[in-house]
Amino acid sequence: MRNAGKRVGVFALVLGVIWGLWEGWHWIGTRFNLTWPFPVNNVTMPHLHKIVEALFQPAQVNGPWLIQILWHNSLFTAKECILGFLIGAIVGFLIAVALSQSRVLALGFIPYVVASQTIPLLAIAPMVVVGLGSKGVKDWISVAVLAAYLTFFPVTINTLRGLESADPRAVELMESYAAGRWQILWKLQVPSSIPYLFSAFRIAAPLAVVGAIISEPAASIQGGLGGAIVNFSQYYTIEPQELWATNIITALLGIAFFLAIVLVEKLVVHRAPEHYA
Amino acid sequence: MTDAPEKVVELEGVTKEFAQGKTVALQGIDLTIDSGEFVSLIGPSGCGKSTLLRIIGDLVEPTSGKVTVNGKTAHQARSDRDYGIVFQHAVLYDWRTVTKNIALPLEMLGWPRAKRADRIKEMLELVELTGFESHYPWQLSGGMQQRVSIARALSFSPPLLLMDEPFGALDEMTRERLNMELLSIWRETRSTTIFVTHSIAEAVFLSTRVVVMSPRPGRIAEILEIDLPQPRTAETREDPRFFELVTELRESLHRGGADQVFEKLAPEGDG
Repeated sequence: MRNAGKRVGVFALVLGVIWGLWEGWHWIGTRFNLTWPFPVNNVTMPHLHKIVEALFQPAQVNGPWLIQILWHNSLFTAKECILGFLIGAIVGFLIAVALSQSRVLALGFIPYVVASQTIPLLAIAPMVVVGLGSKGVKDWISVAVLAAYLTFFPVTINTLRGLESADPRAVELMESYAAGRWQILWKLQVPSSIPYLFSAFRIAAPLAVVGAIISEPAASIQGGLGGAIVNFSQYYTIEPQELWATNIITALLGIAFFLAIVLVEKLVVHRAPEHYA
Repeated sequence: MTDAPEKVVELEGVTKEFAQGKTVALQGIDLTIDSGEFVSLIGPSGCGKSTLLRIIGDLVEPTSGKVTVNGKTAHQARSDRDYGIVFQHAVLYDWRTVTKNIALPLEMLGWPRAKRADRIKEMLELVELTGFESHYPWQLSGGMQQRVSIARALSFSPPLLLMDEPFGALDEMTRERLNMELLSIWRETRSTTIFVTHSIAEAVFLSTRVVVMSPRPGRIAEILEIDLPQPRTAETREDPRFFELVTELRESLHRGGADQVFEKLAPEGDG
C-alpha cells in the first residue's frame, strides 16, 4: 500500500512539474514576446486550465459537454483498436511462427515485412476501405484492419526473436525425448517467446490507437477520435483548447491500452523476476 | 534378474572429430556397460567425456564407430525414449511449476492425466520435494532444482540414465547429500547410470566402475572397478578402502595426462 501511495505521489509530482513548465514558458513567452522557437500565445499554448475547462463545457451551443462527446468517440475508437490489436497480434504471431520454421522463408520474407512499414498508412487506407467496403465490410472494421497493419509488425519481429531465444540445452533435452518439430515449437519455443510477445504488445497497443485514428478520416468515419481531431483542427485558431483536450483523451486511451497489456502480462506470465523486460 | 548381465551400452571404435578432423575429440573408444551398473566418466577438461555421453544419447553423431544401446542403434533408442538425461544446469522450464516440469516427458509420451499425476507424486516423494508441487523453478535452491531435474529424467522409467556433471554447480554439502539421494534412487529404480564428473571423490563414492579418460585425443586411459560394498552410506566415505581407491583414481588420472591441462589450455565447453 505504501508503494501505491508512492506511485500516486510521483505521478502527481511529475504532472505538477509539467504543468509548471508549460505555464512558466507561457508566462515568459507572452511577457517577453518570444518568437523563437515559436511565438507563444493562447493559440499555440492555451492555458492548461482552459483545456481542462473545455472538457466540461458544451462544444456547441446547448450541446453536451465536450467530455461526453469524446467519451463516445473514445468508445468507438476503442472498439476499432481492440479488434485491430487482436488481428495484428494473431496475424503477426502466425507470420513469425511460419517464418521461424524455415531459414529460406525468413530470409525471403523479412525484407517485405520491414518494407510494409515504410508505406504510410494513408497510402493504403483507401485501398483497404474501398476494397473491403465493396465486399460489404463495415467501415470501422476496415479501420481495425488498418490498425492491425501497424500492430502486426512489432509482434512478428519480437516473436521471431522470442522463438529463437529458447535455451539450446532445453532443445537438447527435448531431442532426448525424441520430440518432433511441433512439440519443440509448442512446448518450448512458444512459451520461451511469451515475454518477448508481451514487450511487442506494449508497443503494439498504443500503435493500434495511432493506426485507428489515422485511418478514421480515410474511411470518412466521424464517430471516433480521429474524426474529432480532424473536426477540431479546423477550428484550431478559434478554439485551440478543444483540440488539445481531444489529444489528451486520445493519449489516455493509448495509456489505458498499454496498462491493460501490463495487467494481462502480470496475470499470465510466471517467470523469474530477471526475465521481465 | 537374469544370470548373465545384459549389455546396455556397447561402444566399438567410436571416434569423434571436429572441424574436418583438425580436432580429434574422441579416438577409438571401446566400452561395454551392463544393466544396473553405475559408471562414471572422469577426466580433465577436453578429454571428451561430455561428448562421449552425448554420443551414447544420440545427441551428437560419432564420426566413425558403432554405438549400440539395448541392442539397437542409439537413434532407435532415443526414438524409443530409452534415455533420461540430467545436465549440469537443471534446464527447468521457467513457466512450468515443479509438477508441470516433471510432467514434461510424460506429456511427450502421451500418458493420460491421472497416470501422470500418480507418477509425479511418486517422483516427488523419491526426490523429497513433496510440498513444492506448485513452486516455480526460480523459487527453488540450486540443489532442489537439480532434484526436480532428476525426477523429470526418471519419471518415465528410462532404462538408461545419462548424467552430465549434475552436481558440478552445487556446494560440497549439497553435493554429498544429493550423492546419497542419487544412490538410493539408483538402488530403487535399477536404472543403468552413466555419470560424468570432475570430482574424484564423487566418482569413487557413486560408481561400480570408473572410466578414466585422457585428453588430446580423448581416449579411455584406464577402467577402475570400485569394490566398495553396497549399499554405500556416509560411513563409506570414512572407509580406508575409499581413500585407497581415491588415491588410485588420482594416480590414474595423472598417468592419463591430466597434468597436460596446465601445459596447454583445453578448449572450453567440452568437459
